[in-house]
Amino acid sequence: MPRPLEPVSQGTRVVLGISFFVLFFAAWAFATLGGFVSRTFLADPITMVQDGWLLLTRFGFMSDIGVTVWRVVGGFVLASVIAVPLGIMMGAYKSFEAFLEPFVSFARYLPASAFVPLLILWAGIGEMQKLLVIFIGSVFQIILMVAVAVGNTRRDLVEAAYTLGSSDRSVVRRVLIPANAPEIAEILRLVLGWAWTYVIVAELIGSSSGIGHMIIDSQALLATGQMIFGIIVIGVIGLISDFLFKALNRSLFPWRLA
Amino acid sequence: MTGTILQIDSVSRVFPGVRGGTPVRALEPTNLQVAENDFITILGPSGCGKSTLLRIVAGLDRPSGGRVLLNGREIKGPGADRGMVFQSYTLFPWLTIAENIAYGLREKGMPKSQRQDIVASYTEKVGLRGFENHYPKQLSGGMQQRTAIARALANDPAILLLDEPFGALDNQTRGLMQELLLGIWERERKTVLFVTHDIEEAIFLASRVVVMSARPGRIKADISVELPHPRHYTMKTTPEFSALKAQLTEEIRHEALEADVAH
Repeated sequence: MPRPLEPVSQGTRVVLGISFFVLFFAAWAFATLGGFVSRTFLADPITMVQDGWLLLTRFGFMSDIGVTVWRVVGGFVLASVIAVPLGIMMGAYKSFEAFLEPFVSFARYLPASAFVPLLILWAGIGEMQKLLVIFIGSVFQIILMVAVAVGNTRRDLVEAAYTLGSSDRSVVRRVLIPANAPEIAEILRLVLGWAWTYVIVAELIGSSSGIGHMIIDSQALLATGQMIFGIIVIGVIGLISDFLFKALNRSLFPWRLA
Repeated sequence: MTGTILQIDSVSRVFPGVRGGTPVRALEPTNLQVAENDFITILGPSGCGKSTLLRIVAGLDRPSGGRVLLNGREIKGPGADRGMVFQSYTLFPWLTIAENIAYGLREKGMPKSQRQDIVASYTEKVGLRGFENHYPKQLSGGMQQRTAIARALANDPAILLLDEPFGALDNQTRGLMQELLLGIWERERKTVLFVTHDIEEAIFLASRVVVMSARPGRIKADISVELPHPRHYTMKTTPEFSALKAQLTEEIRHEALEADVAH
C-alpha cells in the first residue's frame, strides 16, 4: 500500500487516470450490452458513438456546439468585464464593499435557472436571453470572489508600497491588481465551469439550437445515445477549456511558479 | 554633528481594548532626536513598542498623542522620504529583482534610462548582480532582504527605517547582512533608524543605542557607541564591545524580566 501523501510519478498518474475512464466505460458496456439495463433507458457505448457520429456528420451538430460555445463565452465575457472591476473596487474600498456586499451576497443565491422564464418574457427567446442567463449566473459569483481575494491582499505588501511613495490609486493599480491577478484568473476558470451548466439550462427551454436543444429534442425521440453523446461533448469541451485556461494562467504568471 | 533631521515629540500610542477590554498602552510619551547621518538602533524586548514607534515614524501608524517632525515638517502618513525595510519579506512577488528595486522610481515617474542606472548601481551595492531578472521566490531570505534594502535606498529617502530586518535570517547570514548594511552606511552616511532585539546587532551597527523598556514602552537609556569605523566583524570580540554588551545585557535583562512578570 502507498503511504499517505506520498507522491506518484507522472507516468503512474496518467495510467491511473486513464484506467478509471476504461473501467467506467467497461462497466457501462457490461450493463447495457449484457442486457441488464433496458435499451430504452440507457444506450450502450457503441450506439452512443454511432449516434454521435451521425449527429456530427448528418445533423449538423457541429454548428450546435459552436452556438453553445459562443453563448457561454459571450455571457461569461460580459459578466467578467463588469464583475472583475466591481470586485476589485469592493475589495479595495471598504465603503464600497459595505454598500454592495449585502446585495451581491443576496443576488448570488438567486438561481440563474429560475430566471429563464422571466428572461424569456423580457428578452424573448433570442441570443440575448441565453447570454443573460449565463450573465446572471456568473456575475455575482465573480464579484464576490474577486472582492474577497483583493480584500485579503497581504497588508505588508501594501504598506511597503506606501513607504515607497505609492499613492492610494497606484496601490490599487500596482499592488492590489497584480498581486491578485493569478487568483482572479483562477476564479474566472472556476466560474466558467459553472457557466456551462447555465447555458444548457437556458437551451433546454425555448431554444432552437445548441447542445441543450439537441438533448431535449433527442428526449422526444428516446434517443438516449444522442443525449449521452451531447452530455459527454459538454464534458470534453469543459475539460479542454479548463486545460487552456490553466495553460494561459501559467504563461501569464510565471512568477507564481518561479 | 550636523542638525536634527527627525524629531519625535512626546509620541504615544494606545491601542483600544479588544471587546471592551482595557486599552493597551503600547508607547508612553516618547521623545527622541535623530541627528543627520546618525545610525540609531532601538533595542528592546518584544512588546516594548519599538516597532510601534518605527511604524509611527514611517506613517503606517498614527500616534495617539504627540507628533513626529521630519526636517521640520509633521508626518501625516507614509511617504517616499522614509524608506522602510520590514521583518517579513515584502518584495513584490510578481516583479523581478530589478523591477522591485525600480518600484519607487517608477512611482516618481522617472524615465526608464535613468531608472536603469540607479537599479544597476544598487544591485551592485547589495551584491545581487546576475539576479536582476530573478523573481523573489527564487532567492534566499538574505538575498530578498538585500533587495528590500536596495529597493528602499534606490528611492534616496531622507531616512532609512528598518524593523528587525534580519530577524528571520540564520545567524551567519545575519552577520553578513550587518556588515553589508554597515558598509553601505559608512560610504553613504544615510540616516538610519534600526529596530532590533539583538544586543550584539544593536551595538555593532549603531552610533547610538536607544534602549526601550517593556509595557508600557518608553525609552530607558540612550547610549552612544564610540567604536571606530570602519567596523569589522572581529570587533565583536574586543573588550570595548564586550563591556558595552554587558552593560546593555543588564538593562535588557531587567526589562525582559519585568515584561515576563507583566504577562
